[in-house]
Amino acid sequence: MEIKGKLLIASVFCGWLLVPASAAALGVTIGYIQWVPDQGPVLSNVTPDPEDAGLRGAELGIADNNATGKFLDQTYTLESVMANDADDAMATLDDMLENGIELLVTRVPADTLRAMAKRAGDKALLFNAGASDDDLRIRECQPNTLHTIPSYAMLTDALAQWLNMRRWKEVFLITGPTEEDKAWADAFRRASKRFGLEIVADKPWTFDSDLRRTASRELPVFTQASDYDAVVVADVRGDFGEYVPFNTWLPRPVVGTQGMGPEAWHRVVEAWGAAQLQNRFRELSGREMNSEDYAAWAAIRSIGTTVTGLSEAGRSSIREYLFSDNFQLAAFKGRKLTYRPWNGQLRQPIPLVHPRGLVATPPLEGFLHPETELDTLGYDKPESDCQIH
Amino acid sequence: MKNFFKIASLAAAISLSGPALASLAYVSNEKDNTLSVIDTETNEVVDTIDVGARPRGILLSKDYTKLYICASDDDTVQVLDLATRKIIDTLPSGEDPEQFALHPNNRHLYIANEDDAIVTVVDVETKDVLAQIDVGVEPEGMAVSPDGKWAVNTSETSSMLHWINTETFEIEKNTVVGQRPRHVEFTKDSKIAWASAEIGGTVHIFNVDTIEEIRQIDFKIKGVPQDRVQPVGIELTSDGKYAFVALGPSNHVAVVDAQTYEVLDYLLVGARVWQLDLDKDEKFLYTTNGVSSDVSVIDVEALKVIKSIKVGRFPWGVVIDPTS
Repeated sequence: MEIKGKLLIASVFCGWLLVPASAAALGVTIGYIQWVPDQGPVLSNVTPDPEDAGLRGAELGIADNNATGKFLDQTYTLESVMANDADDAMATLDDMLENGIELLVTRVPADTLRAMAKRAGDKALLFNAGASDDDLRIRECQPNTLHTIPSYAMLTDALAQWLNMRRWKEVFLITGPTEEDKAWADAFRRASKRFGLEIVADKPWTFDSDLRRTASRELPVFTQASDYDAVVVADVRGDFGEYVPFNTWLPRPVVGTQGMGPEAWHRVVEAWGAAQLQNRFRELSGREMNSEDYAAWAAIRSIGTTVTGLSEAGRSSIREYLFSDNFQLAAFKGRKLTYRPWNGQLRQPIPLVHPRGLVATPPLEGFLHPETELDTLGYDKPESDCQIH
Repeated sequence: MKNFFKIASLAAAISLSGPALASLAYVSNEKDNTLSVIDTETNEVVDTIDVGARPRGILLSKDYTKLYICASDDDTVQVLDLATRKIIDTLPSGEDPEQFALHPNNRHLYIANEDDAIVTVVDVETKDVLAQIDVGVEPEGMAVSPDGKWAVNTSETSSMLHWINTETFEIEKNTVVGQRPRHVEFTKDSKIAWASAEIGGTVHIFNVDTIEEIRQIDFKIKGVPQDRVQPVGIELTSDGKYAFVALGPSNHVAVVDAQTYEVLDYLLVGARVWQLDLDKDEKFLYTTNGVSSDVSVIDVEALKVIKSIKVGRFPWGVVIDPTS
């Protein structure tokens, strides 16, 4: 990709913003750093993930901020970098910090994010729009890091709530070989306890033959068990999971990372004005908006909403405001979104989707919480060691 | 819309041209591409009219002979002749029209183009586009003050009201309100404007002379999570007594004292209540309930819900023709 490895100022704001600004004019520069490790070869390579997932969402967030900012004499600029590797991502961070950029959105793996948070210290505020690892939210919270991408626990809690609601309580869990797969499966095991599910079979995926030739023969045997209500797949990168539906021993639905599953965002979400966001995104990028795009968009809109409310763009004031009662993000999910003060996670409903339709949007009615139903998804305050605010 | 009631009943008294029917309510069904016609005497659906794709905002011409329909997915405003119930014309509307408002001159139609972040002003007689005004992200609510001086647009994602001078078609002021403002309603004397903020959960009261916010109304319904209380449509009685605020997925309509701005009561209606309109004598209030696909009828004097009427899928807007 041409934009790899160098600073690029995205000219998403329009010409009329370049008129001489008055004394009260406010310019806000936001950095975006993306580094996605190679996922390795996958069996299911029919629909590869877009390489610019995240970046395009960030660009739309900037455009939305500017459309609002033009009435308030505020302009937003995005500096985005697609890094080649972890070192490159760190070097980019140094670069941006040196250039005085103190608001950053990242789509990088958890390890890189940890290093970045440490390096940035009190010089920047980071928005994690890429790493779903629960440890970042329960043990290793950083005061300078907020999370707009849902954690694995939020995703699997949403799924488990729904399985409970459907009374499909006995499930067959298949876990892939990667660290992400294991983290997803661990989160699901926790969710199954919280929402009264029973994992009747818990099997790691170990086959290495090409399922496109043998799926119909291998999977029925692999999913043999006396009975279960649903099969749950933990295959985060999309290796074998697409071949599980319709190939199970028993005629049962497949849910999880494939089949029907939880997402931060998906093209089938259209209620609560989402159709308009989907249209704007499609026009900007020529493709459908996904969870990474949404997380980056939500981070930049969080900044925009805050700057509108504050009329200033200092990192510390923004952080204070984000955790205050004044902050509320309208983000097309039917409720106002806010940040959890203990770990900086953006609370949000989680759509459960299949490729062509929306099934439900947890938190579901009946799962109660004394503060907000949204906190029935993910690690709640008493379950987290963190208190970053 | 009720600001024209006095004129309307006067017109009804003089005019004999209207069909001698009971007062009719028109409901746009967003996911059925139809209008349901409700007889407000019997409170039954008496007709269903096919219209364009994804009909949302609807309004009556000032002489009550036509109904304008935002056919959002057809990118057009359709004109329905009320006597024949046929679509007789379309107006250039810009892309994805959602809500609109007609100037008291019965000619200038202000249309919010949600996908394009503009407000389009169309002369409904000549079909000329008189102006396209840049506004914030996702313009939604549109209102023109009864005295014709101001057109106000709400932009949902920018969380602003844009105050447009109807002489110059230029924005004179932008006021930031709660998140996702949806709807604006002027009092009959054009002195006060009410604006709802769906995600903010608030209603903002503006002094129109100074364009300053003078009051914010918050809502709290026992047993309903606070983030489900989402104000959308607003309707004011012409005697200045009540404001009714549709509170979306809380499934309630708030009754507000329009003088003191105190919330008096919450009435349980259908699921995701969106827009509302009063009948010609202002005795009954009709609400569209998007998720339960019905219309609730509220007795204004008793402040009680008396009936729910099944209509098409995802009813969005409702207007009642006071002359019919």
